[in-house]
Amino acid sequence: MSTPETDTDVSRTDVAERIRLSATSDRPYQWLLRGTALFFGAVIVLFVWSVLHTAWPAIRAFGFHLITGKTWAAGAGPYGALPLITDTLLTTLIALIIAVPIGISSALALLFLIPQKVRAAASSLIELLAAVPSVVYGLWGLFYLIPWFTKTLQPFLARITGGSWPFSGAQVGFSVLLAGVVLAVMILPTIVAISRDVIAVVPRELIEGGLSLGATRGQVLTRVVLPSARTGILGAIALGAGRALGETIAVAMVIGSNPQIPHSLFSSGATLASTIATQFGEATGSTTNALAALALMLMIITASVNAGARVLTKRAVSGAL
Amino acid sequence: MSLAQLELPPDPILERRAEIQRRASQTIGRRTLVSKAFLAVLLVAFVVALVPLGSVIFALLQKGLASISWPFLHTLPTQPSLIAQNAIGGIGNAIEGTLVISGLAALVAVPMALLIGLYLAESQSRIANFLRAIIEIMTGMPSILLGVFAYEFVVVPMKGASGLAGIVALGVLMVPVIAKACELAFRGVPSTLREAGLALGARSSRVSRGVIIPAALPGIITGVLLALARAMGETAPLLLVIGTSISWAWNPLHGMSALSLLTYNYSGSQYPSQRAAAWGVALTLVTIVMILSVGSRLISARMRKERR
Repeated sequence: MSTPETDTDVSRTDVAERIRLSATSDRPYQWLLRGTALFFGAVIVLFVWSVLHTAWPAIRAFGFHLITGKTWAAGAGPYGALPLITDTLLTTLIALIIAVPIGISSALALLFLIPQKVRAAASSLIELLAAVPSVVYGLWGLFYLIPWFTKTLQPFLARITGGSWPFSGAQVGFSVLLAGVVLAVMILPTIVAISRDVIAVVPRELIEGGLSLGATRGQVLTRVVLPSARTGILGAIALGAGRALGETIAVAMVIGSNPQIPHSLFSSGATLASTIATQFGEATGSTTNALAALALMLMIITASVNAGARVLTKRAVSGAL
Repeated sequence: MSLAQLELPPDPILERRAEIQRRASQTIGRRTLVSKAFLAVLLVAFVVALVPLGSVIFALLQKGLASISWPFLHTLPTQPSLIAQNAIGGIGNAIEGTLVISGLAALVAVPMALLIGLYLAESQSRIANFLRAIIEIMTGMPSILLGVFAYEFVVVPMKGASGLAGIVALGVLMVPVIAKACELAFRGVPSTLREAGLALGARSSRVSRGVIIPAALPGIITGVLLALARAMGETAPLLLVIGTSISWAWNPLHGMSALSLLTYNYSGSQYPSQRAAAWGVALTLVTIVMILSVGSRLISARMRKERR
């Protein structure tokens, strides 16, 4: 009769011991997690510091002229990034003007108009296209869009506007307009996928309420669905903008690598990212420093746009739940 | 009670309702028409969105298949000359370079991202929240900037371009993407499972290893494969740091070749044969990326089904 009691005692102390152990001797595990997290944090600090450190001589030497200077000449300078900043913002703006209406409309069509069976296929097609490497979009722009631009689109735009601004100038294909169009195609899957997700969480009751009050389907979409998904759609647009601002290789392939303030949409140009890509390899001395300063500008611009986008999409999803 | 008392004064709400109903039925024809037109515009936009995307796929298949052959996939490139302009050889070492660089980058990034994901899923401290914000921002960081980083930290000290610098750039690029996917996957594991493990007396490291990671495996695999697919397609950071190579390069301390970079270099080549081959390189790259993307979906879908 006494043995079972001892057994229980033994196992009880055993469990107590184990609990004590799990509370104390698991420290190595906790430190491993914390240490890895801190290590990666340190890598990021190092990343920011390395760009800042390389850019510092240029920032000290040229100061605000780096941002406001109108001429960018690799090698001897001057290093003024105004044309690059202008082209970065302009190409992104063109991309958004094209991709946002088409993207949001496609998301609405995908959710409310397309038959269920097609919807799944179209959805996964769009997500797969978001995974296509950017160099492929660049290749497509270079060999498919440039011939179409020079033979069809540019003459057409010049003819209907009488060759006036912003459709003036030589029709060579390589241009901020082409870069904007390629970017639009690249960010389209992102915008469609994210707006589809944020529109899908609009409560059903709102839609049914609208319909039961006698609103037509179109009215429900424009006056109920879009307003209630507004924040999330803004987030989707900001994410698309962030991608367009930082896109490098596809833009470098089609923009013409010509750092100038564009005088029309047909002008060739160069963005912050494309200039780093095309000039960093041969750069030495002050040019390297000035290119790092471009990298710093790009980092600040994209980090703020992306931070804004995250806040918006997060608020949209948690607000709807 | 007289009849006059029964005649109620006109009810403003009822009058308003009658007015609304009258206007709704008057305008229903016009409103339906506008609605139909709007829905048609949406459908047209959807088709317009598919046109360029379809064109990209069509171009890849049409031009890519024309330049791909079995020797193209497994032989080394040769430098064309003015006399032998079509002698461009194959892309075997570029396939190898892409697999080695992104494979080694993943080898470093995956364990690190797994631990960071565990840390973020278990901790709500101020440091964890800060790290979470940084990781969010890093997932949207233009990849060219990591090329600049790898250049300063690997290429400059080693006095030369190398596959290692590419591994560093892609590794740092992959960690935030995988860590985020892992954190989401870990948070999706029911807390009852975790508490059951702890209540049985297992240490939290044992619970992570034996309970949480297996339960979150579909999400982890999806995250890893998608990050790998994205890293393989990256061109900009490799352009700055890996140099070139026209031979098999198994040593990451030397210059290497990669499919994405080769696509870019061939696209600007002076030889028409290389420009045409750029499509073959691109199709090879897209095929590998698509195998990973589609594979990740299939694997996680199957694992989720089996668990039910």
